[in-house]
Amino acid sequence: MMQEGLDDGPDFLSEEDRGPRAVNVDLQTDATLQVDISDALSERDKVKFTVHTKSTLPNFKQNEFSVVRQHEEFIWLHDSFVENEEYAGYIIPPAPPRPDFDASREKLQKLGEGEGSMTKEEFTKMKQELEAEYLAIFKKTVAMHEVFLCRVAAHPVLRKDMNFHVFLEYNQDLSVRGKNKREKMEDFFKNVVKSADGVLVAGVKDVDDFFEHEKTFLLEYHNRVKDASSKSDRMIRSHKSAADDINRIASTLYTLGTQDSTDVCKFFLKVSELFEKTRKIEARVAADEDLKLADLLKYYLRESQAAKDLLYRRGRALVDYENANKALDKARAKNKDVLQAETSQQVCCQKFEKISESAKQELIDFKTRRVAAFRKNLVELAELELKHAKGNLQLLQSCVGVLKGDT
Amino acid sequence: MQLDEEIEDKFELNISITNPEKVGDGMNAYMAYKVSTQTTLPMFRSKTFTVRRRFSDFLGLYEKLSDKHTLNGYIVPPPPEKSIMGMTKVKVGKEDNSSAEFVERRRAALERYLQRVVFHPSLLQDPDVRECVCVCALSGAGFLKMINRATDSLSKMTIKMNESDVWFEEKLQEVEAEDQQLRKLHIMVDSLVGHRKELSVNTGGFAKSVAMLGSSEDNTALSRALSQLAEVEDKMEQLHQEQAASDSFCFAELLADYIRLLGSVRASFDQRMKTWQRWQDAQNMLQKKRETEAKLLWANKPDKLQQAKDDITEWEAKVTQYERDFDRVSATVRKEVLRFEKEKARDFKKQIIKYLESLLQSQQQLIKYWEAFLPEAKAIA
Repeated sequence: MMQEGLDDGPDFLSEEDRGPRAVNVDLQTDATLQVDISDALSERDKVKFTVHTKSTLPNFKQNEFSVVRQHEEFIWLHDSFVENEEYAGYIIPPAPPRPDFDASREKLQKLGEGEGSMTKEEFTKMKQELEAEYLAIFKKTVAMHEVFLCRVAAHPVLRKDMNFHVFLEYNQDLSVRGKNKREKMEDFFKNVVKSADGVLVAGVKDVDDFFEHEKTFLLEYHNRVKDASSKSDRMIRSHKSAADDINRIASTLYTLGTQDSTDVCKFFLKVSELFEKTRKIEARVAADEDLKLADLLKYYLRESQAAKDLLYRRGRALVDYENANKALDKARAKNKDVLQAETSQQVCCQKFEKISESAKQELIDFKTRRVAAFRKNLVELAELELKHAKGNLQLLQSCVGVLKGDT
Repeated sequence: MQLDEEIEDKFELNISITNPEKVGDGMNAYMAYKVSTQTTLPMFRSKTFTVRRRFSDFLGLYEKLSDKHTLNGYIVPPPPEKSIMGMTKVKVGKEDNSSAEFVERRRAALERYLQRVVFHPSLLQDPDVRECVCVCALSGAGFLKMINRATDSLSKMTIKMNESDVWFEEKLQEVEAEDQQLRKLHIMVDSLVGHRKELSVNTGGFAKSVAMLGSSEDNTALSRALSQLAEVEDKMEQLHQEQAASDSFCFAELLADYIRLLGSVRASFDQRMKTWQRWQDAQNMLQKKRETEAKLLWANKPDKLQQAKDDITEWEAKVTQYERDFDRVSATVRKEVLRFEKEKARDFKKQIIKYLESLLQSQQQLIKYWEAFLPEAKAIA
């Protein structure tokens, strides 16, 4: 059962709990197929997601059903899309990142080891914080897996995919044990070849202005999103560290305040209470920046890569088409194997044109989605920053008022 | 009525330290500060006057005051710490943020130090103090012996007192507990300063990155919004930088001052213990002299008897004197501690309220920036 409820602040949950916890919007949530992750369980070294489907499509045996899936099965599904030639003309929704609780687990372990060296209050406090951190990471990984499924369900073609339906419906383990060593090596070489090719293909100037522009745009955009993503992570980490410091300061002020019942001590207690509250707000600010800004950038880093991959596939198809043309000319000149060359050229032509047509639409949709997602998140970010700043301001004002009144 | 209340009620006394100026070049260079006094106290010949002093002058003042007054149980405020690295940067002429910060921190610390000295009713009477603020430069020698005098005689004392007055024992324990907590707090505030500076730098980096992203973005409204976001983050960089300075100047420096002051408080307790010991030693000596007299009487040596009787008279006088000293010093220490606590309460309240107000202003700025940004974000289409 998903552990709901942080110590306080229902806001943290409310936005995320309503509907798809998506960074994206404009996902046609129509009644024919709705997918979400209704539950999740974190075990020692794996996370089990309960994938819940509601559908009026005839393909499924029931109208509503759930299965349990693990991360590897999501990857299997993603890879099956990538490897399917039929989908070469689509932006394949990026795979969700692997759930990573290592850092959090390590911290919890260190805390357990250091239990003897701190007071009971300090220990309880730190434990609560680390548990909240763990919960936040957990929610994030759930959200990212859910977004992937929703993107697939919203895609007019991918939603009909056989593997997707199996993924959603088959209530046994899909047995997609992680790729074995040989397969991993093959993957590695495939990627190396692709990037070398990528350079080659990118060098060929496209006749079509639209695609030429998209190529230039995506290459630059992807790099800049990458940079922005890593810089935002760094900034948010510093923010969290500062909030942690304020937490410790509050504790020490509390200790100072409880040593006596003089005026000064009462003063320290009030200030300690203030810092306790403001640091909760600061931590919330960092968490919201993480969700609305860092996650947004990370997601578009992955999606822009998927878009680049689409352009690469089209580029490859173009090269193949051009090579087929050359082969046909040669065959006609020699008057040898002409029919074969003609067939081959036609196939390449069709493939290229099919990819180009859907790619154009996909890239336009990508832009629309991107703009909408940025808008939603930037607006929410600004609103949250304002809400927290106002909360902080009120706390500070009332505390200063009380303290000044006392002297 | 207490002397300090008299001062506060009837007379004005304002002291400030300003205008740090580098004098000389290379490794012999030093910073000279302007000490400005404005007062209506009759003990000064003029109402306003200024002098130029250097750091070693203040150290010299502390040495003199400590020599004269610590043994009477007074809590002599300690000067700011010597910093070889900080000063070397200034001497070598490194004109960067950290050396400017160092000079400012030192100026403020010297100001607080001098203010504490002159607002001490007994120390104000000392001619050396007056000389520091209104006559030609004091000798700079003596700064070489700059170890924190207060920590010399710390709780390494192995004197066990038969504490008749439980007040002193409890107070000392309180002081030691407080010292521990303040040191802890200081470390944490320093950590906060560090992280805020880091946050400032990282926010700046992020701002530039967002600006770049905005210029790549081909949707016009989004591109505009992103460059506005970059501007907000730029302003946040500045805000965090200012906040870190406030953390440091308002909060961290306050803690550092009081950690040093608590050292002086412990020194005054140690001093009281010393006078107690001296009294005890005198009593023991008197006892010995009496025993000697008794022995001489029994051994019937009349010639040495007179000497013994003289000795007894001498030591009886000493015992009385030292007992009076102990009582006097005890009373002074007690008075000083109470005064110190009052001053500390006032200081902490004032400074922390000032610090909270700076936090408050930060939030107000934050609100302004995000309120300006929100319509830009909503305008994305």
